[in-house]
Amino acid sequence: MNWTEFIFGKLSWSVFPQSPIAMGGGIFMVLVGFAIIFLITYYKKWGYLWKHWFTSLDPKKIGVMYIAVSVVMLVRGSADAFLMRAQQATSVGASQGILSASHFQQIFSAHGSIMIFFVAMGLMFGLINLVVPLQIGSRDVAFPFLNSVSFWLFVAGAALINLSLIVGDFSTAGWLSYPPLSELAFSPTSGVDYWIWSLQIGGLGSLLSGINFLVTIVKNRASGMTFMRMPMFSWTVLGAMSLVVFAFPILTATLALLALDRTLGMHFFTAGGGGNMMMYVNLIWAWGHPEVYILILPAFGIFSEVVPVFSGKKLAGYTSMVLSVIAIVFLSFTVWLHHFFTMGAGGDVNAFFGIMTAVIAIPTGVKIFNWLFTMYRGRIRFTSPMLWFMGFVVLFTLGGVAGVLLAEPAADFQLHNSLFLVAHFHTMIVSGVLFGYFAGFTFWFPKIFGFTLDERWGKRAFWAWLVGFILAFGPLYILGFMGATRRLDHYAANLGWQPLFIVAGIGAAIIGLGLICQVIQMYVSIKNRHKNRDTTGDPWGGRSLEWSTSSPPPAYNFAVLPVVHGRDAFWTAKQSGTVAAHRYEDIVMPRNSAIGIFIAGFVFLIGFGIVWHIWWLAILGLIGEFVSMLLRMFDDDTEEIISAEHIRVHEAAHHSRHATI
Amino acid sequence: MMNRSFIVAVVLALVAAVWATVAYLHGANIPVLEPQGPVASGELSVMYITLLLCAIIVVPVFVLLFWFAWKYRASNPETAKHHRPEWDHSSAWLEFSWWLAPTAIIAVLAVVAWQSAHALDPYVPLKGSNAPMTIQVVALDWKWLFIYPEEGIATVNYLEIPVNSPVHFELTADAPMNSFWIPALGGQIMVMPGMTTQLNLLASNAGVFNGVSGNISGAGFAGMTFAVHAVSESDFESWINGVKASSTPLTNAVYASLVAPSTYNAVAIYAPIDASLYTAITMKYMSAADMAATLAPTSASSNDMNGMNMPMGDAPMQ
Repeated sequence: MNWTEFIFGKLSWSVFPQSPIAMGGGIFMVLVGFAIIFLITYYKKWGYLWKHWFTSLDPKKIGVMYIAVSVVMLVRGSADAFLMRAQQATSVGASQGILSASHFQQIFSAHGSIMIFFVAMGLMFGLINLVVPLQIGSRDVAFPFLNSVSFWLFVAGAALINLSLIVGDFSTAGWLSYPPLSELAFSPTSGVDYWIWSLQIGGLGSLLSGINFLVTIVKNRASGMTFMRMPMFSWTVLGAMSLVVFAFPILTATLALLALDRTLGMHFFTAGGGGNMMMYVNLIWAWGHPEVYILILPAFGIFSEVVPVFSGKKLAGYTSMVLSVIAIVFLSFTVWLHHFFTMGAGGDVNAFFGIMTAVIAIPTGVKIFNWLFTMYRGRIRFTSPMLWFMGFVVLFTLGGVAGVLLAEPAADFQLHNSLFLVAHFHTMIVSGVLFGYFAGFTFWFPKIFGFTLDERWGKRAFWAWLVGFILAFGPLYILGFMGATRRLDHYAANLGWQPLFIVAGIGAAIIGLGLICQVIQMYVSIKNRHKNRDTTGDPWGGRSLEWSTSSPPPAYNFAVLPVVHGRDAFWTAKQSGTVAAHRYEDIVMPRNSAIGIFIAGFVFLIGFGIVWHIWWLAILGLIGEFVSMLLRMFDDDTEEIISAEHIRVHEAAHHSRHATI
Repeated sequence: MMNRSFIVAVVLALVAAVWATVAYLHGANIPVLEPQGPVASGELSVMYITLLLCAIIVVPVFVLLFWFAWKYRASNPETAKHHRPEWDHSSAWLEFSWWLAPTAIIAVLAVVAWQSAHALDPYVPLKGSNAPMTIQVVALDWKWLFIYPEEGIATVNYLEIPVNSPVHFELTADAPMNSFWIPALGGQIMVMPGMTTQLNLLASNAGVFNGVSGNISGAGFAGMTFAVHAVSESDFESWINGVKASSTPLTNAVYASLVAPSTYNAVAIYAPIDASLYTAITMKYMSAADMAATLAPTSASSNDMNGMNMPMGDAPMQ
């Protein structure tokens, strides 16, 4: 037996980055990590963070942690994007640009994987954690401990994908790793394994969260809140979580099959040996298309909260909104083949999936009309969430038209795999998903932190994002018509593409300014927090139950569980002056637990062990994870009681502030 | 709120941007919008029809968005008079029309999609004034091998075709998946190892067009470009004769050297070739079980998991 191989698997000195730029990325990540650890140690905050945040089962705190990790990953994913723009603006003709082909390919693979799995999903689960229990009048989620496990699995996945910067390399096969390129024969390094296991671990967290919030919305709604009285954000989350529960197992299985191919030499998707690569492509998109709607539905929900509040009106066409969410949920499972019309499946199959795709445009169009008619006869306050909404409608509608073009199989043959396609899905994900989450973050920030965000810097960020986005992605639409395919690390000078790539690079830089504006916004807001404090719990004139609590809400959310008599429960209560009667009782809440961290830590070891074929480590991780779960199962002391007296004191303070406003 | 000079500056910047874009695009080569054959031109028509139909919805959305945003802004003193906080929808008919309008557009689009998806299916043979021809395409790491079985020649990263001659491409890969795309002539098709796909194209005009791979296939992927020369039938014949006269044979050893990964390959020309080379390449990835299934047509369908035709099957996929 070779002991070195037994202990270290495929690890050796040569797996550490060799080129200066790759090393720069790794060193930068290590330095940032050390800086954070140093600051926490310097200010002696380890105990505080551990006790009040890391081990917390309070969805509001878990939500904040989701958003914090997602923002770090957004910085990483954006750095990848800037490098890609720099490469494509310079690597033309005789110049090879700043990156090698392999490094460039790692960067776009990481960019896509990180932005979808560890930014968009993280921001989404963050906002859902912050808002859904409050909005449906619940004290907690259905499975508080599971929620912590989900979050820490998400962190473990993010850690594994970042570790590939320092130890080994990342996949070069694109964000969905089509085989046979992603098979061992063509991708022999550990890059694709990092991709598989970071997504597998993060995806497991998403699946568990999906189950958790699906059950929470179905079972934990306040008394009287029928489905047709439920706020729209919760409706869209219900839709998205149903999709998670049905779609993510497909991803789990597909990744597992690819891992079996790579690790145990099986032949599910290989070229030869009876493998079928198109099986993979079908499976990954059977998850991948619903995934798009998993991300966009909550953004639709956010706009359905933001527009009524800032228009001072109730949502127009509530029933249509609900029906369109349900329609989108079902239709999203019937369109996956539009991602590969160019497979050559024949006219009947292509036409069917093309038409189903166009049909999804109907409920989406209905939603846009509903928002517009919510503005009709309103009194519109153009706060930054409302600006994000305006930008969303303009860009998303245009991106939607591009989507309808791509849904026509005959047109798709000319547009697929081109930069037109890249521009289209960035329009949907950035102006749809990200603008929506930014609006939601600004909207609910005072609820969670007790003070509003600085509007001046928020609006500057919006304009930088809007202008930057148009400049960054407008040229890509044109480049698609010019025949530019995606993922090119180099192109010939006589094609005339370079000026457009330079404009796109300038656009990316302006988006970078937008990000800087958001950092400044956060700094200024924290500095001026006493001036911008939300003492009422209802800074915008809100309509749903989350605005009836103090800002920030107490750990138990509601001292007395609300009883709902109609839609816009809080708005109606304010109008009729019937805000909460007070007979307080003891409340039982879950006690903090560190076991979620341990489970995720051991799962991380399993992932790392399999990536590097360090089998003893993987087995150790498996045992550790199992023991951790056993410990939790046999722990009977998982709850604590908040006394009625404690609640009375908090509520009295809140109501007295309320009265003085 | 906003002063006049700021608005003037924004308008001037927009005009300058539009002018610069138009001036730049005027001289640029935009193959998808300048089709050189019936397939690309049919596909472009589908895009125009779709855009026009979408405009019926999109234009009102933009008008309503900015009109409502302006008219019902809180800073407008008139707004308070119009404010109807409980207005939800004036009638079921209005709400119904929000569903009806997009549905009507999509219904028309569905007809367009159905017809064009069949008419422009890449497997449908084309008609042309000149004789049809077949070219076999093999995607390699990272170059294209083109085999002319009827003429008995092969090329690397170079295609020459006669104008107005329907070209039937049979495509496979001896490398990871690629996508074969000549934007000036028409849309792309995926190219996969162990499988054959088909594409039919026709060049109406003489010229030199760019061809690329659309699907990432590894480190040298960006270099998988080739030039397509569409020439008169007589020029084509003399080119074929020249190749046959001057070239090196495509032996097994030469093919093995082509399969080895290499980047940014120069154009190469081979003659004569082994007529069974293409079939041999597609068979290379088949397991014994697949091969038995392919040779025994009765059991082939059960093996055909998601509609992919297996190597020997040349019929369009159903």
